[in-house]
Amino acid sequence: MPGVTLLEVDRLTVRFRGLTAVDGVNLAVAEGEFVAIIGPNGAGKTTLFNVIAGSLRPSAGDVRFAGRSVAGLGAARMSQLGVGRTFQVARPFVSLTVRENVRLAAGRHYLANPLAAWGRRGRDREVEARVNHLLAVTGLAGLADRRAGDLNMGGLRRLEIARALALEPRLLLLDEPAAGLGIDGIRPLAELIRALRSQHLTVLLVEHHVGFALSLCDRVVVLDQGKKIFEGTPEAVRRDERVITAYLGESGGGEGAMSGGD
Amino acid sequence: MTYFLVVGVTVAVFAILALSLNIIAGYAGQPHLGQAAFFGLGAYTAAILSTRYGVSFWLDLPAALLVAGLVGVILGVISLRLARDFLAITTIGINFVMVAIFQYVPFFGGAMGIPAIPSPAIGGHEFGYRDFFLTALVLVVLVAALSAYLERTWFGAALKAIKDDEQAAAAVGIQVASYKIAAFVLGTALAGLAGGFYAHFMSVVTPNGFGFPVSVSILSMLVFGGLGTIRGAMAGAILLGILPEVFRFISNYRLLVYGFLLLFMVRFQPQGIVGEDSWLVRRIARLAAVLRTGGARRDTAGG
Repeated sequence: MPGVTLLEVDRLTVRFRGLTAVDGVNLAVAEGEFVAIIGPNGAGKTTLFNVIAGSLRPSAGDVRFAGRSVAGLGAARMSQLGVGRTFQVARPFVSLTVRENVRLAAGRHYLANPLAAWGRRGRDREVEARVNHLLAVTGLAGLADRRAGDLNMGGLRRLEIARALALEPRLLLLDEPAAGLGIDGIRPLAELIRALRSQHLTVLLVEHHVGFALSLCDRVVVLDQGKKIFEGTPEAVRRDERVITAYLGESGGGEGAMSGGD
Repeated sequence: MTYFLVVGVTVAVFAILALSLNIIAGYAGQPHLGQAAFFGLGAYTAAILSTRYGVSFWLDLPAALLVAGLVGVILGVISLRLARDFLAITTIGINFVMVAIFQYVPFFGGAMGIPAIPSPAIGGHEFGYRDFFLTALVLVVLVAALSAYLERTWFGAALKAIKDDEQAAAAVGIQVASYKIAAFVLGTALAGLAGGFYAHFMSVVTPNGFGFPVSVSILSMLVFGGLGTIRGAMAGAILLGILPEVFRFISNYRLLVYGFLLLFMVRFQPQGIVGEDSWLVRRIARLAAVLRTGGARRDTAGG
């Protein structure tokens, strides 16, 4: 079933001074696949994410996207190449409206460089149509003209996803989309993400809520202290000794326990 | 009459300066405390070209714009990589360096500056105060129109995104560094334009006319009026420009008053008096709404 490899992470290592946050991780994601990365706090999930999204330069190893080496290209270039991301702590453009937030991403081909950005907004029907569609899909249509800074946590999560989708990404990186949401918020979010999955979008999901992640993905990768300790199906991961030890050893079955989440 | 025209031209020049700073500090959110240095660069460019090389006003004005913009590129590339608080300090430094260059490099005429800058002329008719005033108004309108256009473009939207959150801006494909530099170049070039015009109007340029206090004045006007809005930049330049003329006793304490207003506004009304969502604007909007619904009620009653 999996198609061509879209993303390839090759012996990736990221060191911060003395600390090795990501330690020789290999990872391949095929076109149309939904892969979840889970792991206890400090496992290096977000660091790995930031390297793939281009905002962090790896100390060693390589990242290949659609066949070309992209390590250290920068977040803006990665976004233009087709990698859309959400942030763990929502980062809306607070002074812009919800619609303007999404529109900015939808017009990303206008934004590639300052010299190309002299056209007026609101003159591109295709962009406007896409913005309206995404606002409807993510349930933000009713809030479209509110300032993004006035949204509640659930709204911000949706905005993060709407904005990332507006980039028409070939690869969507979801960084803890359920963070800060209660059970009430998680369910509709899971539905939204499941709907994305049915569109055969390639998704890489970092998640703290293990149950939530496992319910969505085709394949799961477990990181612990910067190393990949498991890779396989969501069914197999629940039975894996190393994974259970990593989680129980860390939190004793607390927030991140294997049974948590959805 | 002459007096009013002189005040009018000065206010117009500061309106251009406030609008130019608004592109950098208002739209893109970069604290720039050295706008007077680029104002001075434009003024000195026009002064030197016209007094030593006989270049006409109509040609040295665009040259002033280009030179200020060019130096803007260089300084922008160097300093815009810095975090915002360091950028503020660096741009303060630019003022002092520029004044020192004007003062100590003989090419720029030393402390006495460059005198006898000729008045512009159209077809043999030399500019009078009225012509200066009208030209200044045209320039203000042009720069305001450029700003208004900017706000409607993807470029303007990208600057606002950068102001809000640089990381999120990069995540939607905006090359943050190059946009910041572009905004800086545009803003500094327009300050150069104001300088070129002002040099001909004053007929003399001196180093101290373009120091740090002038940068603070420009920033005070912009913040007082409303950072990030065209009407704010204009209102700030007009009100703070006229204030010392109306209340003569303020004149001697101009900087003290400006500085105090700057602090007061940042603390109590950071939107400025007529900026977006400011107290006054909200009040006017509410009043307008009341009048409108009141009018509507009367209509239905009448019908």
